[in-house]
Amino acid sequence: MSNLFSIAFVMAAVAAGAPLLFGTLGEILTEKSGNLNLGVEGMMYMGGVAGLAGAYYYEQMAGPAASGVTAAVIATVCAFLCAAFGALLYSVLTITLRANQNVTGLALTIFGTGFGNLVGEAMGNAAGGFVAVSQSTKSVFNGGIPVLQDLPVVGKLLFSYNYLVYLAVLVAVVLSLFLNHSRLGLNLRSVGENPGTADAAGINVTAYRYLATCIGGGISGLGGMYIVMAQQQGVWVHNCIAGKGWIAVALVIFATWSPARALAGSLVFGGLSVLRLYMNWGGNRLAPIYDIVPYIATVVVLIAVSIRQRRESQPPANLGNAYFREER
Amino acid sequence: MSVHTEHREPLIRLAKRDDIPRAQAWAIRAAAILLALVTGGLIIAVLGHNPIQVYASMVEGSLGKSRVLRETVKKAIPLLGAAVAIAPAFKMKFWNIGAEGQILAGGIAASYFALFWADSLPRPVLLVVMAVAGILAGGVWGLIPAVFKARWGTNETLFTLMLNYIVLGFVRYLQAGPWGPDLNANGYPKIPMFDSAALLPKALGVHIGWIIVLAVTALMFGYLKYSKQGYEIAVVGESVRTAQYAGMNVSHIIRRTMFLSGGIAGLVGFLQVSGASGTLTENTAGGIGFTAITVAWLAKLNPFVMIAIAALLAILEKGADTIQTLYTIPASAADMLTGIVLFFMLGCEFFISYRLIVRGKGERTHE
Repeated sequence: MSNLFSIAFVMAAVAAGAPLLFGTLGEILTEKSGNLNLGVEGMMYMGGVAGLAGAYYYEQMAGPAASGVTAAVIATVCAFLCAAFGALLYSVLTITLRANQNVTGLALTIFGTGFGNLVGEAMGNAAGGFVAVSQSTKSVFNGGIPVLQDLPVVGKLLFSYNYLVYLAVLVAVVLSLFLNHSRLGLNLRSVGENPGTADAAGINVTAYRYLATCIGGGISGLGGMYIVMAQQQGVWVHNCIAGKGWIAVALVIFATWSPARALAGSLVFGGLSVLRLYMNWGGNRLAPIYDIVPYIATVVVLIAVSIRQRRESQPPANLGNAYFREER
Repeated sequence: MSVHTEHREPLIRLAKRDDIPRAQAWAIRAAAILLALVTGGLIIAVLGHNPIQVYASMVEGSLGKSRVLRETVKKAIPLLGAAVAIAPAFKMKFWNIGAEGQILAGGIAASYFALFWADSLPRPVLLVVMAVAGILAGGVWGLIPAVFKARWGTNETLFTLMLNYIVLGFVRYLQAGPWGPDLNANGYPKIPMFDSAALLPKALGVHIGWIIVLAVTALMFGYLKYSKQGYEIAVVGESVRTAQYAGMNVSHIIRRTMFLSGGIAGLVGFLQVSGASGTLTENTAGGIGFTAITVAWLAKLNPFVMIAIAALLAILEKGADTIQTLYTIPASAADMLTGIVLFFMLGCEFFISYRLIVRGKGERTHE
């Protein structure tokens, strides 16, 4: 079981990487518009608790007739909308009211963390202890594609995951095509690179930034739902996101703002996060050192990118800068 | 932009306010806090409690008795200290979001001397050595991203953010391995409590960190406002090119300012381990470095205003502990309320800097 070169390790890496991938893809979309939203952690909390609330209250209302698939769909939609709402707060403050992006993002993380824990625990208190979703909903999040997952080797390696893993991969592919091969994606990138030029070319900078940030926030929120529904089996655990939103911010840099590289990067970071379970070097004492490897790798990439100055792997030129037409 | 078409006046347009009377600005900010509390109150009402009662208990539980007041002050000390640490960096538009890590770096260095030198140094010397070690370690941790920013323009926001988690992992490593494991009640590894010689003395019932932080606050106000270095920071923040044209060594200013910023954060780390908790834990920084950024920014980087904002957030946090026991509202309500207050205060600055002109009302002259 605990072998580094086993199918089990790859599966664990994918399962650990999927929530990071959602967080990262959402943040890539956001940052491509020039908005550096440091609220990923907060939006993941919001998405996580909203997903749980959606599934739980649907089951309470539908009673025994509740279907696991419907609960999962409702959870997904709720998670996306709630996290997108968090991103909307950020957008209103930074784009319309011209507040500082770093500070607003941190405020969103503080708010989202409090909101998630408060609602998650208040739901538990109201239900008399803790909330739990039904077995049929859990089984949807345990996943696996029928028939195909029973194939030898490839079955487990490729077809044994829940729908969110495939959704994450799909989002990565779509986002990659959108950014690199569509007119709208080109416009969006120009907004992040040079909003003044984009504005002069007739691109509605405000609309692009709002939409990219809100949709990106919603995508990030799905990562939070993955943690709550799949990893924790539909139970709210205090402080459950535990910094994964910040790892997602790191992963954006590690992937140098490319959805395709984010796909590989999330597998690497996911693998690193479960590595200690499959290695016998140093045991638990060295576990915290394994945990900081992703951050060190990110710093190395960040420095390398800034020294090499290759055009393809730079941050969006106007990342973190607000755009006010009259103050150009 | 088509030329010569007759444009209708938009429904609402903006005009920059040149100067707004101070009283009016503070009235807008007070209104924002009030609105934030109303919004938070609505959420409390949704949870099934009487918001006015809950708020009253929060004030009572954070300021009511001298014992709880001391707890509140204890929470405000690191928040104010870290906010003051961030001020020079932000004034330079160097987005140092690494105070969290710089606090921990200072805490680690101070803890090293507390754990291994407590027997061999007299108490005053030990405390001074711990403070200096904390300042140096925090300063170096702040200096690293500054060196790369000055040389290659490496993005400092992301760099300082990553450094937080590297040093946090190192604290966990020390806790589980070399400096532990002294098992606490739950069986988790923890670093032993410091020898009493390594603990800060108290004044008025709270560790003397409050005096140190207030002194640093006053010094920072003078440094930013009246010193040559403070002026250089302001110029680099406004325009790097102007600074270069004026013959300033911008790289040097960036490095020096970040060493100062990290150093003060490191001092806060020393106060945390030696004054507040008596040992190093992974919660020594506990998000203070992040919250302090919002404190510094809302105070418009004015150290004296930071005192008020740090106090407000400390009251919210301590008050939330009280309402958890009284009403079983999870203490996480503090984070959410803090977030709401921050949102409103961030938003209200817009209405201080700009005024809205509704269509047809015409251009008003300055009041």
